[in-house]
Amino acid sequence: MIWAAFALLTGAVVLAVLWPLGRARNLAVQTPDVTFYHTQIEEIERNRALGLLSDADAQAAKAEAGRRLLRSADATPPQASSHIAVRMSAVFALVLIPAISLTLYARLGNPDMTDLPLSVREAERSGNAELMSAISKIEEHLAANPQDGRGWEIIGPVYMKLGRYDDAARAFGFANRLLGETPERLVAQGESLVYGAQERVTPEAAELFEKALNLREGHPVAYFYLALAREQMGDKAGALDAFMNLARGTPPDAPWQAAVRARIVALGGNVDGLESVQNAVPDEQQAMIRAMVAQLAGKLEQDGSDAEGWARLIRSYTVLREPDLAKAALAKARAALANNKDGLARLEELAQDLGLKG
Amino acid sequence: MIVEIGHYALVLALALAIVQALVPLYGAIRGDGPLMAVAQPAAVVQFLLVALSFVALTHAHVVSDFSVVNVFENSHSLKPLIYKFSGVWGNHEGSMLLWVLILALFGATVALFSRGMPDDLRALVLAVQSWVSAAFLLFVLLTSNPFARLDPAPLEGRDLNPLLQDPGLAIHPPLLYIGYVGFSITFSFAAAALISGRIDAAWARYIRPWTLGAWIFLTLGIAMGSYWAYYTLGWGGFWFWDPVENASLMPWLAGTALLHSAAVMEKRDALKIWTIFLAILAFSLSLLGTFLVRSGVLTSVHSFASDPQRGVFILGILVFFIGGSLALFAFRATALKPGGIFAPVSREGALVFNNLLLTTSCATVFIGTLYPLALEAVTGEKISVGAPFFNLTFGPLFIPIILAMPFGQMLAWKRGDLLGAAQRLVLAVAIGVAGMIVLEALRGGPVMPAILAGLALYLMVGSFVEIYGRLRGARTIGNMVSRALGLPRSAWGTALAHAGVGITLFGLAATGWGVERIVTVKPGEPVAVGPYEVVVRELAPRDGSNFKELVAHTEIREGGRVIAEMDPSRRSFTTRTMVRTEAGIVTLGAGGQIYMNIADVRVDGAIDLRLYWKPYVALIWLGCLIMSLGGLLSLSDRRLRIGVAQRASVRPQAAPAE
Repeated sequence: MIWAAFALLTGAVVLAVLWPLGRARNLAVQTPDVTFYHTQIEEIERNRALGLLSDADAQAAKAEAGRRLLRSADATPPQASSHIAVRMSAVFALVLIPAISLTLYARLGNPDMTDLPLSVREAERSGNAELMSAISKIEEHLAANPQDGRGWEIIGPVYMKLGRYDDAARAFGFANRLLGETPERLVAQGESLVYGAQERVTPEAAELFEKALNLREGHPVAYFYLALAREQMGDKAGALDAFMNLARGTPPDAPWQAAVRARIVALGGNVDGLESVQNAVPDEQQAMIRAMVAQLAGKLEQDGSDAEGWARLIRSYTVLREPDLAKAALAKARAALANNKDGLARLEELAQDLGLKG
Repeated sequence: MIVEIGHYALVLALALAIVQALVPLYGAIRGDGPLMAVAQPAAVVQFLLVALSFVALTHAHVVSDFSVVNVFENSHSLKPLIYKFSGVWGNHEGSMLLWVLILALFGATVALFSRGMPDDLRALVLAVQSWVSAAFLLFVLLTSNPFARLDPAPLEGRDLNPLLQDPGLAIHPPLLYIGYVGFSITFSFAAAALISGRIDAAWARYIRPWTLGAWIFLTLGIAMGSYWAYYTLGWGGFWFWDPVENASLMPWLAGTALLHSAAVMEKRDALKIWTIFLAILAFSLSLLGTFLVRSGVLTSVHSFASDPQRGVFILGILVFFIGGSLALFAFRATALKPGGIFAPVSREGALVFNNLLLTTSCATVFIGTLYPLALEAVTGEKISVGAPFFNLTFGPLFIPIILAMPFGQMLAWKRGDLLGAAQRLVLAVAIGVAGMIVLEALRGGPVMPAILAGLALYLMVGSFVEIYGRLRGARTIGNMVSRALGLPRSAWGTALAHAGVGITLFGLAATGWGVERIVTVKPGEPVAVGPYEVVVRELAPRDGSNFKELVAHTEIREGGRVIAEMDPSRRSFTTRTMVRTEAGIVTLGAGGQIYMNIADVRVDGAIDLRLYWKPYVALIWLGCLIMSLGGLLSLSDRRLRIGVAQRASVRPQAAPAE
């Protein structure tokens, strides 16, 4: 639908250019400049008739206009049109107009996004209205009981979500003062200050992040913003190091990884090297996986008919880099699934994929 | 879908602008009719596309579509409808779209209303105009796209800057932009004349309506902006020599010079080089203004969000167009034939004098605006060049202009008679001097206001002496009326516009007689200001749609009798947590105004007030309106103008012989 509209517009525009090119033009016999001076002379005559000009003045003015008339009549007349130039222009317009508009729109536009006027967002709005009334209730409560630290802590994130960053910073500040400072609250307060300052880490915010790091070493969010502060102060190398540490030192699926990587790339760092490091699963997690695998193995010892289960087990051993265990499991599975033709076929296929022989 | 269609239309307009910039240009150089003919439909369609895009953005603002970043950042669902409309251009992206819309509008009007124009000149004008359009379309799309989207869309917008939520600001930018951008078309005409070599009286006739039109709107736009500053900023000032104001004043000065010099070129085929140069200068100064305001070099209410990338882009546009046109100018300089010859004392001579002074005053504004910026860039030292500098430089340059204005109207073309002109101005001079003496006697105080007011009176009277002279020979009333109607409307326009300058000057002079009171009062306590007494009756809270306000119901008394009421207030806007004062203004007598602003309300109910009595202050803006009216009258005169050269043998005459 929208592409049809685009096509229609483009077509109309191309036509507007082709139409004049296609028409044979009668070249004006008299150039407009000549007409201009003729009219000027008529105007002088009219003024004289009205008594606004004396005869002598009119004579002089007419002589002057007459001289210019002669000069402009001498000017070269327009030349004939060239067919090649017309055809070239037509092709030029035909190619250039769609090419430029489509390429540029493909880069800038969002053809898939629909309009979203408020009138079609009633449901969201009513939810929003409830939220707003809830907020004003909490605000009233806090105005009456400003010592209620819990209240401040509840409303802080709500302000953040609404984009009222200054209010959020104030709320978290109260919470920190009334309930005592925790790394989480300090980071929340710092973050709201950063957002309120158009994503600049202000000295005040940096101080909060430092405090958070003192309370809990390696707090990733505090660490992130301090690295950002370095970047914003111009210490690019230091910032890059810090971001790399953060990317390596925390789980690959952590919510901040994307932001960290974006900074690394922006600072000219390389994120490719991170992949292998991150694939090395941390010990704790590995232990958990091992426990799960052992459980699966135990289950299959008792009931070996589950082809899907065997496949999972073999794949798990491969991931844990235990090729011997994987081979052993494969052998057991072959025995257990001797009567299951389909299952056996799947198993062989898997063994092929994983490169397990024998 | 409407939003995306608007976005696509803008991209398409760019593609079309590129074709329109190239094909007719080539056609005009080769004298190829069909190629030149592309320009007209292309200009009209380009305008339609940009208009479609503008309508789409306006629609998004009106229906509060917060999936559009521009709407989210500058609108609010509770904002009154008029500000949903004006919010479209109350921000950087939208105002640049308006800029492009007006560029395209001027192109389309030239395409539609230029039947008498030579084909090659029209094609060139439209091609050059399209170069400008293409540059700004590219700027909008690449650095300031108003159609950027947000996903997920927020439920509420951030609201428009409260200072901009004002009816004056709803119309000030479009007026100013029509003026500012209007000079793009005279620029295109100048470039076209340089390319084609058609630099003659006929050319001057073609640009007349465009120059006048742009000048009228610029005059109105500047007046509107200054009135807005007067009633919103809260201390009764109306002109601050702020760089942004100067940025609009400079093209106005250059445009005024252009207007006059084009008249000489049309009538006498003289001052060609000047006229072309001024046409280039006026638009260059518009571009410079845009650069100063939009690059973030300056910070003010106009600069919205600033972004270095935008500054560099506009600087590129600036260099390209100014450099390009000046190069063309240099290239053609040898081909510019001097036209009609004139003596130093003549109408032409007077207009050259006016041009020199106007351009010099323009240069002083330029220096006063840019010097502090340059100094800060080079040495890091911050200085501020304010009213004292401009009063000392701009003022002395403008006084001779005003003295010479009635003389210019009085002198004959080619060679004039200064003594004769002076004799006929005796009445105007007498009224001026008498006014000066009477006003000084009545008002007392420093002499400067009285001198300036006398000068203003001289100008007001002097503006009409020429018309009076032309009518004087009539023997009957009927004859006089028919002669008055027979006079070219442009003569009336000139007189009116010149008198408008006098009226504005009178208003400016009268600021010297103003009274200022800064007081703290309790409700009910009267304050004397000038010949009046002001009493705040009560303070009351009131709720607006997106603000809460504290209103001071106030009475103005004269001799104990209530003669007027006003409601100044302090408004607090919730979304942006900003407070704005709404001044109370009442016009009394001959354009005098009582101006009251609530500076603060104390806990104990006492109110800090700024109170002013400003005699004749409204004349400042009334004069601007009259100037524009004069321009309009001149614009409505479709007749060709003729300049009758005075021959040496004929004695200069007061009235045309019957």
